[in-house]
Amino acid sequence: MRPESEADLAEAIRAAQGPLRVAGGRTRDVGNPVAGELLETGGLDGITLYDPGALTLVVQAGTPLAKVEAALAAEGQRLPFEPMDTRALLGGQGAPTVGGMVAANASGPRRVQTGACRDSLIGVRFVDGAGAVIKNGGRVMKNVTGYDLVKLMAGSWGTLGVLSECSFKLLPVPDAQATLISDALDVPQAVDLMSRALGTPYEVNGAARDEAGRVALRIEGFSEQVRYRLGALEAALGGDWSRIEGEASRELWAGLRDVTGFVGRAGDVWRVSTRPSRAPELVARMDCPVLLDWGGGLIWALVPEGTDLRARLGQFDGHATLIRASEATRASLPVFQPEAAPIAALSAGLRAKFDPRGILNPGLMG
Amino acid sequence: MEMPQPSSAILEKRARILARLDAALPPAALITDEAECRAYECDALTVYRCIPMAVTLPSSTEEVATILRICHEEGVKVVPRGAGTSLAGGSLPTEDSIILGVARLRDVLEVNTADRIIRVQTGMTNLSVTGEVESDGFFYAPDPSSQLACAIAGNIAMNSGGAHCLKYGVTTNNLLGVIMVQMDGTIVEIGGAHADAAGYDLLGVICGSEGQLGVVTEATLRILPKPEGARPVLIAFDSNEVAGACVSDIIKAGVLPVAIEFMDRPCIRACEDFAKAGYPECEALLIIEVEGSEAEITEQLGLISQIARRHNPVELRESQSEEESKKIWLGRKSAFGAMGQINDYMCLDGTIPVSSLPFVLRRIGEMSKEYGLDVANVFHAGDGNMHPLILFDANKPGDLEKCEAFGAAILTLCVEAGGCLTGEHGVGIEKRDLMSVQFSTADLEAQMRVKDVFDPRWLLNPAKVFPLDASAARRAA
Repeated sequence: MRPESEADLAEAIRAAQGPLRVAGGRTRDVGNPVAGELLETGGLDGITLYDPGALTLVVQAGTPLAKVEAALAAEGQRLPFEPMDTRALLGGQGAPTVGGMVAANASGPRRVQTGACRDSLIGVRFVDGAGAVIKNGGRVMKNVTGYDLVKLMAGSWGTLGVLSECSFKLLPVPDAQATLISDALDVPQAVDLMSRALGTPYEVNGAARDEAGRVALRIEGFSEQVRYRLGALEAALGGDWSRIEGEASRELWAGLRDVTGFVGRAGDVWRVSTRPSRAPELVARMDCPVLLDWGGGLIWALVPEGTDLRARLGQFDGHATLIRASEATRASLPVFQPEAAPIAALSAGLRAKFDPRGILNPGLMG
Repeated sequence: MEMPQPSSAILEKRARILARLDAALPPAALITDEAECRAYECDALTVYRCIPMAVTLPSSTEEVATILRICHEEGVKVVPRGAGTSLAGGSLPTEDSIILGVARLRDVLEVNTADRIIRVQTGMTNLSVTGEVESDGFFYAPDPSSQLACAIAGNIAMNSGGAHCLKYGVTTNNLLGVIMVQMDGTIVEIGGAHADAAGYDLLGVICGSEGQLGVVTEATLRILPKPEGARPVLIAFDSNEVAGACVSDIIKAGVLPVAIEFMDRPCIRACEDFAKAGYPECEALLIIEVEGSEAEITEQLGLISQIARRHNPVELRESQSEEESKKIWLGRKSAFGAMGQINDYMCLDGTIPVSSLPFVLRRIGEMSKEYGLDVANVFHAGDGNMHPLILFDANKPGDLEKCEAFGAAILTLCVEAGGCLTGEHGVGIEKRDLMSVQFSTADLEAQMRVKDVFDPRWLLNPAKVFPLDASAARRAA
């Protein structure tokens, strides 16, 4: 099914006789495998409203992300949260859509400064599992009117409703960017350095460590500002750094964002979220190649196929998600971190309320 | 303001309920004396008052759980309360309810500048959180005007904002984890010190749910390194339209100030009379603040001034010193006090798309004449959050009702312009019955389903947020 309007989408869901597999561009094949009829959102395509002077965008959920990014770039603006393009890592062929990005709450390196996708998402329209059209939030960035279902929809992987329209707050693209790169450091040294950098007032908005151990720290702003901050940051941190600027810096961060270090390599890829100061201990327990982002708060791990990384991690402050694995592995290991009983009860309660027939991506999140 | 009929069944068993609470809590945690309970009869929306059945002031998460479990078993409604600074009646009691105040939960549990977090009990005030980390060079970003008094619990319940949210976001963007007690006494931990909580974004739903989903007793908050410095520029214009266009051009040019404040003529005059900040004679005033090192500030203010000059300002005053900065902010910060000197006032809080600003201000001016009540506007222009202050005389019969009707008309206008009823104060009692202006039945139904999941018996913070007729069946069940 490929509805061409929100009304058609609602009708399709109302009329559904069995489970639906909700798909945007089908580039984020993440989650426990779902059996069901394909429901594609690509027919909901177009920018509803773009107001550069108010830093806001309203767009239909099936719109390709590339189209949105091009429209924003023409006005010198962007989505602040730097969403990952998963195609290289997961092998998807389609075009990522706005709805898929929101459903995954896809958020890249700049999350340390500007927050996640859910932080920039200010409004949604969606169709719930009973076929009712629901709106929440709006097109203004300060809004506390009623409960915030906008956040609930972000990262719910199409299990509570099918998005039809999303509104975002935007940010201007700064004139310049540059990155400091260190020599190879071990994980404790790297995390310590990144924490110190993120604790300075110089607005570091990317702090990552590649597999070879090099730490990258990004600063964006007006050209003079970037030059000043880079110098001040270097002085505050000490040590030897090399610098890259402009296009070279952009390319580096696109690679870090898209986890290109693990592209084309055999094995399962996990994504672990934790507090940065715990990262060294967790990486030691993982005993596998890792890439660090968010100053150590995000760990990408590459392990042999079928490895239960959670067993290696034991109890910890955070959660682990299995991002890339065969369907067989995903059917045997929970993709999302199992929840404590009272939280699991709340999640199940929400699912039952928003999708009473259990037809929207059933079982995808567990 | 219509409130549900108190439950006679509950009032009849008052003695038994209080005896159970008394047996389960330390003596100082329960207040039943009517005179003492009177201190909790209202919050900062003082026009509505009601004395609760009792007040509980627990000192730990476990005591909160005990109170809620007993109330749940007895079917008693509970009104959570932070510092009682809500401008929307968010913690207004009902006659058959018990207040659960978090004022005694004031411990700092962890400060970690390496992870850039602070974990606190939620009775701490907003400003004291910053106080804990200031000497390390950090601050807690959301800065509601009441930050000296308001509690983190209330900030989470209302998803509080502040003047600096254009750059730093509001509470929900700075909240990483909570310990929350559900109405049945279940203690849950959601999120933590890591950047994103697992599973559904329950944290996002709890934040801004006005205390209707659970009582948050502990919070992990994101802290940020303090900027090197900050300085404002004051720009005066001879029309609201031109000031609005200037704001739009600044944003489009790629500058991201930390604050853009807007005041209209009635507000400027009142502030000037009250605070003598030296504001110029004009129709509209912008105060725009930027942050960074000296050189960065100079560069950004230069760019802003260059854009502003294209709009022929009546006056443009870049602050050159700490003293000048203080003076520029003085008038704005005393706006509400200045209004209070003139008259009683009602402060509204709708948000509009920034581009609709001139239209909305013009309409408010016309409506002011229709209703025969003066209105002054002070406005977070960067994010579209308006604060029209309607002046009225509480001692003049009929004036309050007229003011309420005018307020409702302004909020309806905000929604029609593409905005919303409330940007940072919350719905509470005040805007409850206007919710259907902004939301369809299906929209409200979806929100109430969330309440069904967290608090199936609808006991927490009754009669708030949803229109009474919309929630009637659920409250009766």
